[in-house]
Amino acid sequence: MDSNNIIKLNKVNFYYGQSRALTDITMNFRKNKVSALIGPSGCGKSTLLRLLNRMNDLIDGTRVEGEILFEDKNIYAKNVDPVEIRRKVGMVFQKPNPFPKTIYNNISYGPKLTSMSTDDLDALVEQSLKQAVLWDEVKDILNKSAMNLSGGQQQRLCIARALAMKPDILLMDEPTSALDPISTAKIEELIEELKKNYTIIIVTHNMQQAARISDETAFFYLGNLVEYNKTEKIFTNPDVKQTEDYITGRFG
Amino acid sequence: MEDVMKSFKNNSMKWRYFKQSLFFGAVRLSTLIIALALGGILFYIIVNGIGAISWDFITKPPTDSMTKGGIMPAILGTIYLTIGAIAIGLPLGIASAIYLTEYAKQGRGIRLIKVGINCLAGVPSVVFGLFGLGFFVIFMKFGSSILSGSLTLGFLILPTIIGAAEEALKAVPQTFREASLSLGVSKWQTIYRIVLPNALPGILTGSILGIGRAAGETAPIMFTAAAYFTAKLPGSIFDEVMALPYHIYVLATAGTNIETTRPIQFGTVLVLVAVVLSIDLIAIIIRGYMRKNKRW
Repeated sequence: MDSNNIIKLNKVNFYYGQSRALTDITMNFRKNKVSALIGPSGCGKSTLLRLLNRMNDLIDGTRVEGEILFEDKNIYAKNVDPVEIRRKVGMVFQKPNPFPKTIYNNISYGPKLTSMSTDDLDALVEQSLKQAVLWDEVKDILNKSAMNLSGGQQQRLCIARALAMKPDILLMDEPTSALDPISTAKIEELIEELKKNYTIIIVTHNMQQAARISDETAFFYLGNLVEYNKTEKIFTNPDVKQTEDYITGRFG
Repeated sequence: MEDVMKSFKNNSMKWRYFKQSLFFGAVRLSTLIIALALGGILFYIIVNGIGAISWDFITKPPTDSMTKGGIMPAILGTIYLTIGAIAIGLPLGIASAIYLTEYAKQGRGIRLIKVGINCLAGVPSVVFGLFGLGFFVIFMKFGSSILSGSLTLGFLILPTIIGAAEEALKAVPQTFREASLSLGVSKWQTIYRIVLPNALPGILTGSILGIGRAAGETAPIMFTAAAYFTAKLPGSIFDEVMALPYHIYVLATAGTNIETTRPIQFGTVLVLVAVVLSIDLIAIIIRGYMRKNKRW
């Protein structure tokens, strides 16, 4: 059981300057599962997500306490290069953010620059786009700008771009909040498919989405982890009253 | 009662429309005045200068104590000095802007440096000229030369370029940086591959202003690079050159015969304007080429 935990958080506190955004978070994320982080705006779920690939390092005046272990190594230890962590922990953002480059170059950008084996870049691009179920739509326009794709296609391109780095974990920060229902459904199907090979941690504002796609759900409120359990349990019979109130729409 | 309300409403609407057209009129008039002034200056220069322009004028050196002949050495000198100034100012300016916006921890120290750079932009150009004379010409022993003049002009346009580059770098969406960094690409690679290519068109736009200034300034090159007269073309960057702005200054104030050289003066001004515009045009073409595949 324990070896299934790919990420372990141990008493993690996080500060933006003086204000504390996360309080004493202790939780584990399981390998090859989809874990959803839910909670009202400002509850710290996105902050937590961005801690896992050290994206919060980009913000001046932030501070982390406690341990975050990725495969039993503390990713905030002094000798750890955040660049190395980000190669293993990919991220998909709220708004699709392809580079203003061609579709092909969007995918090949990361592998090329991080000196991964680049002997068969074409195959890697094809494989990544197929994994993101975008290949059939773009295989004839690989040299066209990614900016011409629709929002949903752009988001799948961003997923393919992250997958091309062959990460272990995929972090998704409200990946469908800027998309229409059809594109959203496609991405949800994709997540279902991807969890065979990847560990997925997803922040979502959409309760049905969390219920549909996740194996485990964590409910955050005001920087605290209120409840973390199997998704079924959270949505049918939560232990904490606050969780139930949020899920049934009584607040939030 | 209803009628009263209606007419009140109508009146207030009319008043508002009136105010609106008054305001539009005022801004439209301002634009017109500026356009007329600009057009007037250009027209005046062309009308007075076109007579002096000939193939010999732009390909031959001056003769007869600069009352006849052409201005070729001055054209060449200005082109050398401007290219030199860009070669020094552009890389240095872009590098500083990258440090200031991408690397430096934003705080009081950095704000102070930025204020300092802005102040530098307002320093009279003769001050730069004296600095160039003291530092490059005398202390560094470069003498009065293309090198000294280019360095002085390069420093003169540095604040303009830093300012333009900072704005252009800030205009690159933060999401591009995040996307690149989240792939495990290093910060420098992110700047070099994503941020800089997308900022370059904007940097060039701002730099065009600097280019115009470098080509047109007289005071900074007076002590550092410009020769009163030399028919000889420069053989190295340690040679003095003639330059268009200084040549105009000399002809108009200190020449042997100010009145009879008027047409030559206007011709020289016209050539200077043409040289500045052509250098700008090159920058605009390069920018257009860069923009073509870098849109978001």
